[in-house]
Amino acid sequence: MRPSLQRHRSVLDFALSSLLRRKGRNLALTAVYTLVVFVLASLVFFVQALKHEARELLEHAPDMVVQRMVAGRHDPMPASQVEAIREIRGVEEAEARIWGYYYDPVYGGNLTVMASQDPTLAPGSAWIGRGVARNMRVAEGDMVPLRGYDGLPILFTIQKVLAEDSELVAADLVVLAPTDVRALFNLPEGLATDLAVRAGNPRELATIASKIVEKFPDARPILKAEMLRTYEAAFDWRGGLMVVVLASAILSFIIFAWDKATGLSAEERKEIGILKSIGWESGDVLLLKFWEGAVVSLAAFLGGVLLAYGHVFFFSATLFEHALKGWSVLFPRFRLIPALDAYQITVLFFLTVLPYTAATLVPCWRAAMADPDSAMRS
Amino acid sequence: MRPSTLCVTLFGTLAALFAGMLLHARGRQATATRERAGRVELVRSLGLTDLCLFTEARYTRHPAMADRHAAFQDHPMALDHFPSGSLLAPPPFPSSHAPIPPATSQRP
Amino acid sequence: MIELAQVVKTYSAGLATPYTAVNGVNLDIPGGQLTVLKGPSGSGKTTLLSLIGCMSRPTSGRIHLHGLPPGLLPVGADADPLEITSLPERFLTTIRRRTFGFIFQQFNLVRGISVLENVMLPTYPTGEDREAVEARAVTRLEALGMARHLKAPVDRLSGGEAQRVAIARALINDPPVIIADEPTAHLDSRLSAEFMELMGQFKGAGRTLLIASHDPIVHDSPLADLVIVMRDGQVVSAP
Repeated sequence: MRPSLQRHRSVLDFALSSLLRRKGRNLALTAVYTLVVFVLASLVFFVQALKHEARELLEHAPDMVVQRMVAGRHDPMPASQVEAIREIRGVEEAEARIWGYYYDPVYGGNLTVMASQDPTLAPGSAWIGRGVARNMRVAEGDMVPLRGYDGLPILFTIQKVLAEDSELVAADLVVLAPTDVRALFNLPEGLATDLAVRAGNPRELATIASKIVEKFPDARPILKAEMLRTYEAAFDWRGGLMVVVLASAILSFIIFAWDKATGLSAEERKEIGILKSIGWESGDVLLLKFWEGAVVSLAAFLGGVLLAYGHVFFFSATLFEHALKGWSVLFPRFRLIPALDAYQITVLFFLTVLPYTAATLVPCWRAAMADPDSAMRS
Repeated sequence: MRPSTLCVTLFGTLAALFAGMLLHARGRQATATRERAGRVELVRSLGLTDLCLFTEARYTRHPAMADRHAAFQDHPMALDHFPSGSLLAPPPFPSSHAPIPPATSQRP
Repeated sequence: MIELAQVVKTYSAGLATPYTAVNGVNLDIPGGQLTVLKGPSGSGKTTLLSLIGCMSRPTSGRIHLHGLPPGLLPVGADADPLEITSLPERFLTTIRRRTFGFIFQQFNLVRGISVLENVMLPTYPTGEDREAVEARAVTRLEALGMARHLKAPVDRLSGGEAQRVAIARALINDPPVIIADEPTAHLDSRLSAEFMELMGQFKGAGRTLLIASHDPIVHDSPLADLVIVMRDGQVVSAP
């Protein structure tokens, strides 16, 4: 082995035995550190995968949704506007959407009721999302009563429970035939919740939107770009989800690094003195401290990231479940597709490994620079 | 055995696992289109506009459809009634970035 | 072997309370002999040892080393005699590692690690082959009768045993000069006599010995070739 490599190896050996000498303290430290990295990495993985998924899925969403505002509120709109909108140049397809929310008084969950034109969905039958089936403890073929606007229950036969992999978009869905939705909510024929518009050329969307507003001044068009941006903003680095966890994790990390940076125990100082007195250079002492810091922080980084990956992509981010659940009763279960971003992993690396290693090096600097004879005079 | 050997072995294993993680992610990405097909079909056929993450309130279930721009709605930075509302921040300024002339698109 | 000319060492120079520990010392320490620095505590013995051993630099004055092993320093810096006070830290450390073995009053062992590791510690930064170092350390420790304690943590050793470890460590790089600071301060008379016996062996092997002590067992020993008396940072009597 080359001497320079041998030197690193010997110093690493001693760094490890130094760490082992304060076994309890260093193990606790590594554990806490791993936990911080684990939480941060879980969050980054989770949010990144959700963001990616939102982008991929909403790619197929309607290019534009047109709502009607009445007295400052979103209100059902005349379905006849579909015809007028279809005539606008560039509009490929326009369709009335009929949907709404339903509060299930028995299980206390909020459901999204949606009408589908699918010919296989007969009136009187329903497709339900996995989350609904789980909450109501029902399966295909069962009958479900939904309370109509007048308080009378309407029975639906569950024709299909939507596939497991669709929970991310459809956990709380109850899909009914349009006539059933109207009957349930007392929505008169001729009114729709909103309109979904598809354009031939997405670049014409802005023009189409302004034409719609011109035609119907009470309309509010929502472009797909805006929908996407809503999710980009929600899952942004600075977005709500990130800030909540990030702030607490970084804060605890700063406290931890501060404690480390300010305190060099008398024992450690003495030891540096001894090393200097027996022929270690300042550079050797700093190399030792570098290895001590690097071993702990690298182990914590790799361990934390690996655990986070398992947590988010194999165990469906179980620890975040409570945060995501909030007060909701119906909670989607989904298995995310990993969308790792080299940039974010690198940022995580520099946010965790570098400050810690620096925090171990800096306080030793002065001690390492002291004259070797200080050990003799103590 | 020297501690450094043990340490290097440990870090080698961790690094291999890390590489394995990257490969696994890549592998899942490669089959993602197939995995996502069911969801895409639903989004397309029902014209869905949102992910089903929080089912507490309208503006958390369908954040893209929420009429938070409208008058007398909660202020975008107001304290939330729902825990998930604090996780799902509103867009920078509602609708203001839409590529529509503001005079016609902004309905105060 | 070692020549000191007008060496002064002032601590906290420039501050309100400067303290001159060594004040204008001229000395000539012969090679292959046992030299004893004698004097009360605070007379500047330890400071003088650290100056000679390249552990600190004098405030003024010159120190020359004769007969250094060749190839120690890069070409150009190598000279005989070598003036060490103006060398950069890296060269000083190299000289110190290869030329001087230190035995400290407090032994200065690193607690919590084994005897063997303590002895090997000075070689870590040199990048020397581990097996060779380990074999050498074992030989040194065996020669000092410490074979049973190789794997023992140093905290469990008695004073005499700890000193043997410190001696083995001082010898690990096979230095021509051994410097000891109050080596018998923590030993009883029997152990002190044993220590002097060991020093006699080293002298017989051709090493230069420099011991600071105010213990009669050391400075009255027949092994001492030269006794230098110090007081208040100055040499009071030298032959």
